[in-house]
Amino acid sequence: MSKKLRIATTSLAGCFGCHMSILDIDERLFPLLDLVEFDRSPITDIKHCGPCDIGIVEGGICNAENVHVLREFRKNCKVLIAIGACAINGGLPAQRNHLDLSACLTEVYLTEPGLVHGHIPNDPELPLPLDKVHPLHEVVKVDYFIPGCPPSGDAIWKFLTDLISGKTPELGHGLIHYD
Amino acid sequence: MSDTFQLDGAAVPFEPGQTVMQAALAAGQYIPHLCYHPEFKPHGSCKLCTVKVNGRTMASCTMPAEAGLEVESDIDELNALRRTLVQMLFAEGNHFCPSCEKSGNCMLQALGYDLEVHAAGFRHQYPDRPLDASHPDILLDFNRCILCELCVRASGEVDGKNVFALAGRGITKHLIVNAESGQLKDTNIALTDKAMQVCPVGVILRKRVGFSQPIGARRFDASPISAQALQDAPRPSEAAGGCAACEDAP
Repeated sequence: MSKKLRIATTSLAGCFGCHMSILDIDERLFPLLDLVEFDRSPITDIKHCGPCDIGIVEGGICNAENVHVLREFRKNCKVLIAIGACAINGGLPAQRNHLDLSACLTEVYLTEPGLVHGHIPNDPELPLPLDKVHPLHEVVKVDYFIPGCPPSGDAIWKFLTDLISGKTPELGHGLIHYD
Repeated sequence: MSDTFQLDGAAVPFEPGQTVMQAALAAGQYIPHLCYHPEFKPHGSCKLCTVKVNGRTMASCTMPAEAGLEVESDIDELNALRRTLVQMLFAEGNHFCPSCEKSGNCMLQALGYDLEVHAAGFRHQYPDRPLDASHPDILLDFNRCILCELCVRASGEVDGKNVFALAGRGITKHLIVNAESGQLKDTNIALTDKAMQVCPVGVILRKRVGFSQPIGARRFDASPISAQALQDAPRPSEAAGGCAACEDAP
């Protein structure tokens, strides 16, 4: 391959567990780095995404900043991959979806026992939370999904190597997991 | 010599009275299914077992076997339909596998794996379905209910208790408990009931045994559901005997 593929990754309303799993592909990172280079990613600390071949997004959409970052990825990445339960169905953060947001904030910051002079954070630098947590595909077009909480390093490796070699990615028994 | 029909090009023998599903499983041919259970009358609601019979789509669990039928099951068109059905079930309820103690033993999840469903897609509904933890030994988590009525059938037909029923219509259809209070603690359900063993997903759970099987030792960790359904079948009238599809009775 003459030119390396450019990959950007980010974690939105996630726990970085999927990124830990990306690192779990271990020594195969070296052959991977023969094929790809990283753009915006927690691995590079680049803050904004440039034109890329593949974008990998962990976590769902729980606040306004998540929406902006996701749109930046969609705009710049030829192929967008949602990785992990939260990106695919909202996951753990979406467990608040049947609750009222202001009731959640009130309980966490005001009425929870042990809080003294608590207040709901209102710094203008903080992104506003959304009423509901959304999976990525409800906000932008997502091309591929790697399920798992998190997907194993082996699953990520299989998926990426399939994709890079031009095959339709398949996980199969043992690698496909929703938990 | 019994009659046969053709399933994906292979001859399948059948006994009079058998459905296409029963005969196929008995012959070692897997047809994906969710609400079908070999010990109960077919329900025909999940439509995962839809096949093409002489070109028409039919539920194989309710379709009587007939000599000479041309049945297609494992074809791209039907597997795509099955994939969509599984996706809709995931989007309709709250199926958060990482926190579910049925994970690894769940038929809906296992079918998703087997059909290579990577995401539910659709707009998730995130319905508000409170738990019923009133019973000392049994938890009901309605978030995962797929309305297969297996617990309804088991409680009515085998246990003779009618603890469960479906109420409402269309998108408001939901599982209810047959008690004045609507709570499980006010029924005569027992841990030894058949209704405790048949839930294909994680609605009816014994308390204090969750997550006792480590990841790797759960039912569908070993092999996909398509390889295991054949071990369950056939079981004509051996309802009291072993059943790999049922959880062990306490």
